[in-house]
Amino acid sequence: MIAARFLRDGIDRRIGLLLAILLAAAVLVPLLNLAVPPTSSFHMPTYLVALLGKYLCYAMLALSLDLVWGYCGILSLGHGAFFALGGYAMGMYLMRQIGARGVYGNPDLPDFMVFLNWKELPWYWYGFDQFWFAALMVMLAPGLLAFAFGWLAFRSRVTGVYLSIITQAMTYALLLAFFRNDMGFGGNNGLTDFKDILGFNLQARATRAALFSISALMLSGAVIITAALVSSKYGKLMIAVRDAESRTRFLGWRPENIKLFAFTISAVMAGIAGALYVPQVGIINPSEFSPANSIEIVIWTAVGGRGTILGPVIGAVAVNWGKSWFTAAMPELWLFALGGLFIAVTLLLPKGIVGTWDEWRAARRARRLPNELAPVSEPSLAEAAARTARHSIDPGPQPAE
Amino acid sequence: MKILRALCMFLLPLLLLPGAAHGQDASLGAIVAKFADAKKFDQTEALVRELGATGDPAVRPVLEALAEGNLHVRKADGTVFIVSEAGKEMKLIDPLSGETVGEASSSAMKKVRVNNGLRRLIRDVLSALTLGAKSANVRMAAVNTMFANPDPESIEALDAAIEVETDPAVKSRMEQARAAAVVLSDRPEKDRIDAVELLGSLGDRGVLSLLATVEANAEGDLKQAAANATAKIRSVLAAWDVAQNVWFGISLGSVLLLAAIGLAITFGVMGVINMAHGEMVMVGAYTTFVVQGAVRAFAPALHDWSLAFALPLAFLVAGAIGVAIERGIIRFLYGRPLETLLATWGVSLVLQQAVRTIFGPSNREVGNPSWMSGSFEIGHLAITWNRLWIVAFSLGVFALLLFIFNRTAWGLHMRAVTQNRRMASSMGIRTPWVDAFTFGLGSGIAGIAGVALSQVGNVSPNLGQGYIIDSFMVVVFGGVGNLWGTLLGAFSLGVANKFLEPYAGAVLGKIIVLVLIILFIQKRPRGLFALKGRSVEA
Repeated sequence: MIAARFLRDGIDRRIGLLLAILLAAAVLVPLLNLAVPPTSSFHMPTYLVALLGKYLCYAMLALSLDLVWGYCGILSLGHGAFFALGGYAMGMYLMRQIGARGVYGNPDLPDFMVFLNWKELPWYWYGFDQFWFAALMVMLAPGLLAFAFGWLAFRSRVTGVYLSIITQAMTYALLLAFFRNDMGFGGNNGLTDFKDILGFNLQARATRAALFSISALMLSGAVIITAALVSSKYGKLMIAVRDAESRTRFLGWRPENIKLFAFTISAVMAGIAGALYVPQVGIINPSEFSPANSIEIVIWTAVGGRGTILGPVIGAVAVNWGKSWFTAAMPELWLFALGGLFIAVTLLLPKGIVGTWDEWRAARRARRLPNELAPVSEPSLAEAAARTARHSIDPGPQPAE
Repeated sequence: MKILRALCMFLLPLLLLPGAAHGQDASLGAIVAKFADAKKFDQTEALVRELGATGDPAVRPVLEALAEGNLHVRKADGTVFIVSEAGKEMKLIDPLSGETVGEASSSAMKKVRVNNGLRRLIRDVLSALTLGAKSANVRMAAVNTMFANPDPESIEALDAAIEVETDPAVKSRMEQARAAAVVLSDRPEKDRIDAVELLGSLGDRGVLSLLATVEANAEGDLKQAAANATAKIRSVLAAWDVAQNVWFGISLGSVLLLAAIGLAITFGVMGVINMAHGEMVMVGAYTTFVVQGAVRAFAPALHDWSLAFALPLAFLVAGAIGVAIERGIIRFLYGRPLETLLATWGVSLVLQQAVRTIFGPSNREVGNPSWMSGSFEIGHLAITWNRLWIVAFSLGVFALLLFIFNRTAWGLHMRAVTQNRRMASSMGIRTPWVDAFTFGLGSGIAGIAGVALSQVGNVSPNLGQGYIIDSFMVVVFGGVGNLWGTLLGAFSLGVANKFLEPYAGAVLGKIIVLVLIILFIQKRPRGLFALKGRSVEA
């Protein structure tokens, strides 16, 4: 319903542009990869398709974080956990698809279980040989975790830094848990060696191209849903909670419910991103749960601009492109660059690329306007624009409370 | 050094005795000479007993040589020598004086034959001999060996030794060894039951197998007594296990306390989480490494003191970095705690990579000074010196901080800013300075924590990462209201971790603790010791 109204009201021009680019990529990239002969300069190598597909999954992950951080003020340092849970759900399905083609040739058990001398499949692996079940779990597992976690945390009004720390503790606990062999998720090595998905060979170029297209389409879907959500009345409430939680509460709303809704939706979105990521990368292991990964997601969002739809997508792609380039060209400098990026963005670009661009545009328009109109005595439009853009920033130090 | 010298004083006479004890040489020499005529094993056995009965330490080399088959007789004149083989030629050593007296070809010598029964006898005689040694340490070692390998045959020797023993510790140990021997002997049941009871009161793990054999072979009262003693020992051991877990927990807690307390201060005063805190610990540890390298290069004699130099230096280095971070970055981000978190995370990445570039990615070795190595035992509790020192050190740091907080003007300012920043500012407290120095103090404390942690763990660029999440847990669990919260948080997390470990395994134990903390935060969103106030955030 929200989406319908959103479409009726017309799409923001920039989001429209983003959607157009994504849709074009969904069509063009497979075409350039499959239909154009490798000799042509327009040919897109397969590794690049996989790489771009990976970036799109990251973009979706960053967008999901933006929904809670940028629009609802919840800085989650554990979003990697939802991503990884979705990835594991997909990985389990892919594991079951290997069947008897594993190293040990056991038709019932994945290789690592045979290796660990397990006799039968643990109960939580039941059903993962069906795609629909795995797809359901991709959304249910992170969604339920986020719901349970958020239900507890938001109800008892754990906020701010405390919330960030316990989300980090959550992903750390999961990291430790998934490292254990006894958990039945492949331990240290995770799940890998996938053969095919829905009967299509994962190594085939066509499958990879299709996965890219699906990623692009899913990201477009996520963009539409997020945009619809934040421009709806509920989105206004989310922003209200972000900017003045107590005030919203005093006005009679229930901030914990609003946060819980956003947190759960966001976790499901992250889970889907993880599920799309795994078949394209070919492996999922516990390191995806590491707290450092989750913090990196935050920086993608921050670089692009939190509280915008476009920002996280741009940020995720840009930072990861930089990472790919740095780790290949000068690996020892990557951490310097990433660390510097964290510092520079928080100090110099608190609104990110998109937010700063908006501010600059608003300021320029305001400068031009007084020339055309009569001078206004009210606070100038520039100030008004700047003020609306800065709602989240409260000057002056605050106590620990 | 002193101990070493004392040990030499004790040991040297023992080593020199064979040559020094000339007075008794005549009679000893006569007995030794009889080995030439000992054709049968029982004759040799009688001689060994005779030698043992002299109680003279000088016979030790003779018996040892006999047991090893190095006691030979020269065929030509029937003189007895200790030989050491060097190719075809044998070196002849006088059995009592220990002097080399000549050489002979192996064909000219005849070995005094021994069998296993003899070897066992020699071992017993030797340990009985040692029971009469002058040094209490040597006697104790001998009794300990006898306790570990109880043998009914040694009861008489022990009885004799107990008679003359003066050192109470050695004496009681001798009685225990005797009891262990009696239990295995065929003495009257009453004696054996008494012995079992004595052993049962020891609570020693080593006795359990002995008692199990007794229980399996004996009947009636003795069996019952052995069963009781076993149960008693097991309960004593269980109590010691609990004590051991508590100690491990306290030891882990002290490490957590050191790592977290600086974080708690900065978080309490400024409301910012310093993600680079772990890296301050790492900087402190690397400072120790550098200081130790410098001491080794320029003044090796001061090696034991290197930690004393490292402490202030680590405080200064880490504190200076802390002040620089505060002035350069955090100052601009006040009121935006989440952004501070991100910026300091960036700082931590940069520091990590910088250390990796300078010192290399592998672990660095930081040595323990002599007074921190080794361990001692209280009952069945093995306590390593370095752990004990770290517990003491962490408590010392805590006491110092408590003093600064509660008894100095600076501490007063910090507490005022913690409670109400605006009001403190209106009262004329320069909050920016308080912030900068608090941050420096917190980082400096992390630096000296690094000095301590370099003694128990690896010094690597990832050192800080390993501690950071645990320190966060301590801080959110303990709350920022006062330092006691951090102390309580650190020790309860440490003990909880170590108690869960035996049942759930190290990893699962840690997971359980994390989940418990997450649940605890729901109950008390501001930790154990929360600041009380009437303000509403945002």
